[in-house]
Amino acid sequence: MAVTEIPSGPSALDRLSRPKPVIVLFLLMWVPLTAYVMFGQRIGPNAQTLLLPAIPATLALYVLGVRAFRESRVAVIGLTLVFFWLLMAVSAPYLPLMDPNKPVAPFATPFSERGGLFFWLGTDFKGRDMLSRMIWGCQRVLVWGVTATMVAYVVGAMFGLISGYLAGWWDEIISFVANVLLSFPVMVLFIVILNYLGPSGFNIVVAVTFASAPAIMRIVRGLALDIKTRDYVYAAQTRGEHPLYIMIFELLPNVRGPIIVDACLRLGYTTVAITTLTFLGLGLQPPDPDWGLMIRESAKTAMLWKFSYMLLVPALAVSSLILGFNLMADGLREMSLRD
Amino acid sequence: MLKLILRRLVQMVLIMAVSSLLLFAIFDTPEFKKRLAVQELGGFAVSALTEESYKSWLAARGLDVPFYQRYANWVGNILSGDLGFSYEKNRPVGPLLADRLANTGILAFFVFALMIPLSLILGILAGMKEGSLQDRSISFISVLTTSIPEIASAILLTVIFALGLGWLPVKSAMIGGFSFRELILPVLTLVIYDFGYVARMTRASMAEVMTSQYIRTAILKGLPYRRVVMRHALRNALIAPFTLIVLQLNWLLSGVVVVEVFFEYDGFGKLLLEAALFPDVEVVQACTLVAVAVAVLSQIISDIGYTFLNPRIRFA
Repeated sequence: MAVTEIPSGPSALDRLSRPKPVIVLFLLMWVPLTAYVMFGQRIGPNAQTLLLPAIPATLALYVLGVRAFRESRVAVIGLTLVFFWLLMAVSAPYLPLMDPNKPVAPFATPFSERGGLFFWLGTDFKGRDMLSRMIWGCQRVLVWGVTATMVAYVVGAMFGLISGYLAGWWDEIISFVANVLLSFPVMVLFIVILNYLGPSGFNIVVAVTFASAPAIMRIVRGLALDIKTRDYVYAAQTRGEHPLYIMIFELLPNVRGPIIVDACLRLGYTTVAITTLTFLGLGLQPPDPDWGLMIRESAKTAMLWKFSYMLLVPALAVSSLILGFNLMADGLREMSLRD
Repeated sequence: MLKLILRRLVQMVLIMAVSSLLLFAIFDTPEFKKRLAVQELGGFAVSALTEESYKSWLAARGLDVPFYQRYANWVGNILSGDLGFSYEKNRPVGPLLADRLANTGILAFFVFALMIPLSLILGILAGMKEGSLQDRSISFISVLTTSIPEIASAILLTVIFALGLGWLPVKSAMIGGFSFRELILPVLTLVIYDFGYVARMTRASMAEVMTSQYIRTAILKGLPYRRVVMRHALRNALIAPFTLIVLQLNWLLSGVVVVEVFFEYDGFGKLLLEAALFPDVEVVQACTLVAVAVAVLSQIISDIGYTFLNPRIRFA
């Protein structure tokens, strides 16, 4: 009997060499925005030129998104809300806004004029323009929220694939650690971690990873357990591929669907968590504008009907962003059930 | 079944031991000791303190002993029922925690009393006729309310009902004793955030049951629709929501932190946050133990309930 040659699969390099336009556009939007928020102060006054390529990329990404989601009206509404804030985040330095950190006229109510300046949304107790603070405030929430969710996904998916595919001892150990972390109420975990590390954006990423990765790991593990008995996985095993190759190129692309829906929901949770933690004094720090900080600062001074706009503006802003993520998740789930 | 419960309880004790040891190690770092000193003596006094007198302060507080020794002592105390002492509030942790837990318990009671009927009724109404206008509007409302985080709904409710209309008090500190009016806003805030999630899960479970064979048979043999829903569908449709509602207990312990801080309600969440910021180690420890116990116990209850309600499922 002749020995039949086992056909070799596409190499890892082949699989990586065709980047999709969505990914390119996302990176074009995301890398400058993240760099601007994280290192803008170190770069200096010219930092805003970083954001120039991000503005068209955001618009193009939105058009692509609407075309992909057009079957579901809910998803398009959600996408529009999210991209409205993304566009605000990347174009904030170019918009005709006042300096968000400069005190101008304290306690100016919305639609009022003070000293020749018109305030659409009024000013806060220090006299900083609310409209400008609201728009600048979305930058940090978006950057840290999405970064934290992505890191949590990388960690969670990695452990999920390992424990689902390799099983055995790996599974026992990883599952036990995940169970330990999952049996803490989320807020307790956040408070303990951030209190230990100190409040900052990077530490929020760490805290969110600890809180979300176990749940993500469980989802990915379940999916991997299901998928690893498929024929294409056996084929790859027969070819003698490395387990790492199988996990990344055979399993990971095929667990993508359910994960994307969950990621949208989790982006919403992370946004809630960041805003809440910042309100509690454990998250982002002043003076840069942030929705949670705006609530924290005004909650002490603005408990009057006349000044309630100081609380309402950030509260509505954060709700609209979270609504956007949730509607997107809803629409995506609906679409995935349809086919 | 008994074996499963025992395994879970052993796991709970193990998790408690691991987490409390970790917490002890965390709060043993020099920075935390320094922070405690600053809280007690004042920042200026600490900076003026000599190395010697700082050491004697540590010794007086019992903080100079290695943490594993303190941990062993603490475990011994816990087992004999002594939860430790709060530096910040200057009273034993046991009664303090009991007080605050009772307050949070009152809050939780009203949240559940309101949330369970509301979410179940809405979920059943939506799931009965999948895709109808009724379903679409209920689903939209539940997505909308779950999208408003507690901090935002707390603000909206306060601005409308306390600042605008003046019907309810702004804060719920309960200075003049227990007052039901002060409880309304915190309860509503938590209910608004949570009911949408449970309603959606109830809807999904109901919708699944409504497409099953026995419901079709019941409808085809001419039973009144009301009767089909009440007698046939609900029994199976409510199993999943029941377990979910029990698990909401765990969520509530996280959710109350921000609500209690915003409304200045003296409960478990506010105690935990204040203790963590102070840093009041033994209070944080006790709170964590309670939180882990609630989490694991609610899981066990939900598992038992699930088995009890659904005879098809039997655990090994």
